[in-house]
Amino acid sequence: MNYLDADTRSAIALTLQLASLTTVLLLLLATPLAWWLARTASAWKAPVGAVVALPLVLPPTVLGFYLLVSLGPQGPVGHITQALGWGTLPFTFAGLLLGSVIYSLPFAVQPLQRAFEAIGPRPLEVAATLRASPLDTFFSVVLPLSRPGFVTAAILTFAHTVGEFGMVLMMGGNIPGQTRVLSTQIYGHVEAMEYAQAHWLAAGMLVFSFAVLLGLNWFNRGTNRVAV
Amino acid sequence: MTTDTSTALQIRLRLPRADFVLDVNVCLPGQGISVLFGASGSGKTSLLRCVAGLERAQHARLALGQEVWQDDSASFFVPTWRRPLGYVFQEASLFEHLDVRGNLQFGLQRAKSASGALVLQKAIDLLGIGDLLARRPSELSGGERQRVAIARALATQPRLLLLDEPLASLDHARRQEVLPWLERLRDELHIPMLYVTHSLDEVARLADTLVLLERGQVRACGPVAEVLAGGGAPGAAATDLLGEGLGTLLRATVAERDARWQLARMDFEGGSLWLRDTGLALGESVRLRVLARDVSIALEQPRDTSIQNLLPCVVEALEPDAHPSQQRVRLQCGSSTLLARITARSADALALAPGQSVWAQVKSVALVE
Repeated sequence: MNYLDADTRSAIALTLQLASLTTVLLLLLATPLAWWLARTASAWKAPVGAVVALPLVLPPTVLGFYLLVSLGPQGPVGHITQALGWGTLPFTFAGLLLGSVIYSLPFAVQPLQRAFEAIGPRPLEVAATLRASPLDTFFSVVLPLSRPGFVTAAILTFAHTVGEFGMVLMMGGNIPGQTRVLSTQIYGHVEAMEYAQAHWLAAGMLVFSFAVLLGLNWFNRGTNRVAV
Repeated sequence: MTTDTSTALQIRLRLPRADFVLDVNVCLPGQGISVLFGASGSGKTSLLRCVAGLERAQHARLALGQEVWQDDSASFFVPTWRRPLGYVFQEASLFEHLDVRGNLQFGLQRAKSASGALVLQKAIDLLGIGDLLARRPSELSGGERQRVAIARALATQPRLLLLDEPLASLDHARRQEVLPWLERLRDELHIPMLYVTHSLDEVARLADTLVLLERGQVRACGPVAEVLAGGGAPGAAATDLLGEGLGTLLRATVAERDARWQLARMDFEGGSLWLRDTGLALGESVRLRVLARDVSIALEQPRDTSIQNLLPCVVEALEPDAHPSQQRVRLQCGSSTLLARITARSADALALAPGQSVWAQVKSVALVE
């Protein structure tokens, strides 16, 4: 493994760490949000849904820019984090994590929302007539029935985080060992005219992404067959 | 209708629907099957959902015996999952992520009953689903799914069982497969059931009490034989809702079997009727349904007629029918009542009057159980 130098290994480790943490945090955050979006009749449903979907259409640099400004030393959030003694988040792993969570939000919320909506009200009513409280129903009926949605959300979030670049560059700044992930590592190689290394990493990403999407497709076909 | 209020199901509620207001105030007996009958869109399912608390009615008071479930005058509402009821939905509603055993245990575990295992076994036996426990819902037939759904509701030991057209999604054969199990529930369980249907056959077979609903209003409510014969509080003639189903239910016993002609004689209070012999044992009690349209009237005892069932009766009353060309004749046959639907012209030609002795010719009788 000649091409996996220390820098690359650290970038891979950091990427996996960032993607895993983002996935875990996002599933925890997106589940109640998606549940609310799936069930509510509130007038807030449409605006909240649109905000959740924003990262799908905005250039990552726009999100990264606003995060940088608001989290920076002069920004409103930056003031708070400094007052709390946390310093400022840009150019740190925590800042990168926060950016990733926001950037990948729709990839977690939307599959979950669709899965929750697909369940419909009937299983919840059945559970209520069988003495299950609403919280009990969520864990014993909703979660198992929406398992495919959770798998899809987790895989898409993970893969999308692995592939993010613009946000990382704006928020993380490409600091080796702290915020340099695979995508910025490739960028660095290309900038330095190290095409061979760039090829290795780029091809690896390509294969990884293809495998993920293929696996997801297989998984969804499998669950559909069971459901029919 | 006199009802023992210490066990009765009291339902008083209002619920605005898209094109009418469901407005109900009834008190149903605390035992047997009370059937809510009406056309689709008459509000019967909504009523059942309100009783379960799945839908929230306004100005409602719901109570089962002494236990109040909803009283809006005191802003009191017990959520569905805290009401000791079982609910069987129209279409099979089994949890797809659990096998049959898992489905049955779902409610059982949450009902926290001391005798859970026993109750479950009884429900399994009562519905004959012992062989299905390891199957997934997708591997069951429609009839089997409904039997599992009923057993699952029973496993929670409900004090009231609500059934929303449990046979409607089944074809004729599957329906005939599930009906006997429902009859068995009625005969062996001592919990009241509220049963929604738009099938008069199910009414005749299952009902003890019948509630006729039209556009959210109760048109008649009372013992099934009374309501089917056009009676029942609030008294307004509800025969238009019954249509061709107007008739009488007779409780009878198998008294004689004629091996040569494959006929069986059923005795009821006031007479007897010959029916096709379906192999019932002597002494067995049955329900017979005689539709008003199948009864005709003769002043003299008919001779040389193909009709086997001729009953001497006394005219009790002549009543108007839904259409002015028709006349309903209420006949007293011993202590039983028969209804005949004849044309107004025949009634006039025969000069029928209360107190008159006549012969009822019964063209067909249905054995409903």
